[in-house]
Amino acid sequence: MGFMIIDGRKVEFTDEKNILTVIRKAGIDVPTLCYHSELSTFGACRLCTVEDDRGRTFASCSEEPRDGMVIYTNSEKVRKYRKLIVELLLAAHCRDCTTCIKSGECVLQELAHRLGVKKVRFQNTREERPLDFSSPAIVRDPNKCILCGNCVRVCDEIQGIGAIDFAYRGTDAMVMPAFDRQIAETDCVNCGQCRVFCPTGAITIRTNIGEVWKALADKDTRVVAQIAPAVRVAAGDAFGLPKGENAMGKIVAALHRMGFDEVFDTSYSADLTIMEESAEFLKRLEKGENLPLLTSCCPAWVKFVQDQFPDYKENISTCRSPQQMFSAVIKEYYRNPEHAEGKKTVVVSIMPCTAKKMEAERPNSYTKGEKDTDIVITTTELTRMIRTAGIALDKIEVESCDMPFGIASGAGVIFGVTGGVTEAVIRRLVPGHGNAVMDSIAEAGMRGEEGIKEFSITYEGKELNICVASGLANARKVMEQVQSGEKQYHLIEIMACRRGCIMGGGQPIPAGPRHKEARAKGLYRADGNMAIKKCTENPLMDVFYNGEDFKGKAHELLHNPF
Amino acid sequence: MLDQSYYQKADEIIAFYGKKPSSLIPVMQDIQGVYRYLPGELLTYIAKEIGVKEAKAYSVATFYENFSFEQKGKYVIKVCDGTACHVRKSAAILDAFMKELGLSDKKHTTDDMLFTVETVSCLGACGLAPTCTVNDEVHPNMTPEKVVGLITELRGEC
Repeated sequence: MGFMIIDGRKVEFTDEKNILTVIRKAGIDVPTLCYHSELSTFGACRLCTVEDDRGRTFASCSEEPRDGMVIYTNSEKVRKYRKLIVELLLAAHCRDCTTCIKSGECVLQELAHRLGVKKVRFQNTREERPLDFSSPAIVRDPNKCILCGNCVRVCDEIQGIGAIDFAYRGTDAMVMPAFDRQIAETDCVNCGQCRVFCPTGAITIRTNIGEVWKALADKDTRVVAQIAPAVRVAAGDAFGLPKGENAMGKIVAALHRMGFDEVFDTSYSADLTIMEESAEFLKRLEKGENLPLLTSCCPAWVKFVQDQFPDYKENISTCRSPQQMFSAVIKEYYRNPEHAEGKKTVVVSIMPCTAKKMEAERPNSYTKGEKDTDIVITTTELTRMIRTAGIALDKIEVESCDMPFGIASGAGVIFGVTGGVTEAVIRRLVPGHGNAVMDSIAEAGMRGEEGIKEFSITYEGKELNICVASGLANARKVMEQVQSGEKQYHLIEIMACRRGCIMGGGQPIPAGPRHKEARAKGLYRADGNMAIKKCTENPLMDVFYNGEDFKGKAHELLHNPF
Repeated sequence: MLDQSYYQKADEIIAFYGKKPSSLIPVMQDIQGVYRYLPGELLTYIAKEIGVKEAKAYSVATFYENFSFEQKGKYVIKVCDGTACHVRKSAAILDAFMKELGLSDKKHTTDDMLFTVETVSCLGACGLAPTCTVNDEVHPNMTPEKVVGLITELRGEC
């Protein structure tokens, strides 16, 4: 508690952990490259340097606020320092901005502009290093790395993986996996959070846009899209739509214009997931085996369990993820020559997630010898495509999804936020539909952005312990407690990315804290707008399970063969 | 593949310092003390055992010049290139060693695994410049001629 004088104005502070936070709260956007409120303070970039009344300069991220401090954030000296820092960073950085995929979103580029760096006086003496294309999810370009360490810290602190770290020192320092291996040879789960935290183009999404355009150009191909729940509350960011606004109708319209033949909502297969996963859960409860049930929607989490907790492989739900279920269903539907109309089918999955690219390649993502999901693109790639096509997403009129898979429940939509899968399962288990029932479920304890949430519900006289966690470091904590016997759960829902898919590794980047809330709210609001609240009320479920097209095929299409 | 005995040795050393992340550096030092280098597979192994991420262990191992992933020769020769030695022409001493042993900037160890030549920034024996050490034994006031004699002498010993 106390007061500081920042640029001549009195500013109150309470429990802010550093001066930088106080300055930013006062409305001054001091630049940073290595500071992130969710990560440990690193103090490497020195861009947040400020000056005090004695002419002393220091990094404001690493200094606690004290009562009576006098701080200047925009003095001659500080401006000069910052400009020089950026100039030095640029000296050892590839400067092909026009062709860099990160252009327009690159913090280094923005700062060079903002701080008025017009000329770089120093020569680049750094040796050129090869790019790492080994991962299906991300591309690493060491030549664009500025050693801020954000990727290192998010991988270690938030995700608990630690696939990459600094190596060597001084001018030789680099970020790399152990022994300079390829990223695919590490424990990397493809979550893509390193890419979200990377301020430059050193870690970017492995893009599959080219394949989509190619499929769209082919007259003999039917291109079918499925859009994941979390995409709709983030795709509008790049087009000036209000943060977290549900842009589903506009996305569908844009995809139709680009030439997609059919556009579906992955929330439909989220309903299928709940049908199957609830049945599986009840069966396991009855038999008392393979509990706790671990959700299988998140491929990064599934890989994490397989790599780090192999004893719990059997606990993972055998259900395919909504993406894989839907692709298998779509492919099966068009295997019928009547529906195929002589065309080949390509399924394009639009996801907030980079790990989905890996999931689509997994050996168990094939049905009848055919790859279910042909191409996965992320929300970020989708917005690039919309831009390339010249479609003004903000102005386009909404359209609705196509049939026969165009109806979904609100329970399917909230899959995109942590706790959503659990809420959907509980809606399925609890009888009743009314607002009072829905509200009481929502208050059970699965909502909110805490990393680990635990609560109990009573089902048919039995108390069920449920744990909902996001972020793999949190998942590790939960699993270690389960392993040691300290905690006993019946159901564990994990999303690898903190706060769930809305903050996935493939989402558009500039997402401040209020963005996160807005995206979660956007999905809950979308759920609120829907008349169908749970999967059992979705009329298409009956069509699927009892109709001609899929009768008797549910297990083959909806569960992982191994 | 490393011989099983390496892992047993590592287990002993880890047991001595305790299975905790802070044991990383002492364990690495002791392993290098035993084998004169730090085998990569062993680093992966100890990282797992003491609960440090492999990439972090690699980060530490590459940060300190002292750790080496390459096997070193029986005689590790450190030529001092600190300020005092440098001005008294330590470069010529280094050249003499390299020439005598057929080594280069890229190749630090002889094929017969007898000699490894490195430079160090200061041995703290500036009064004896130019100087070098052979397995921590100091050789003062070196000249290119004395280098040839030293190598011959060491070769004779084995």
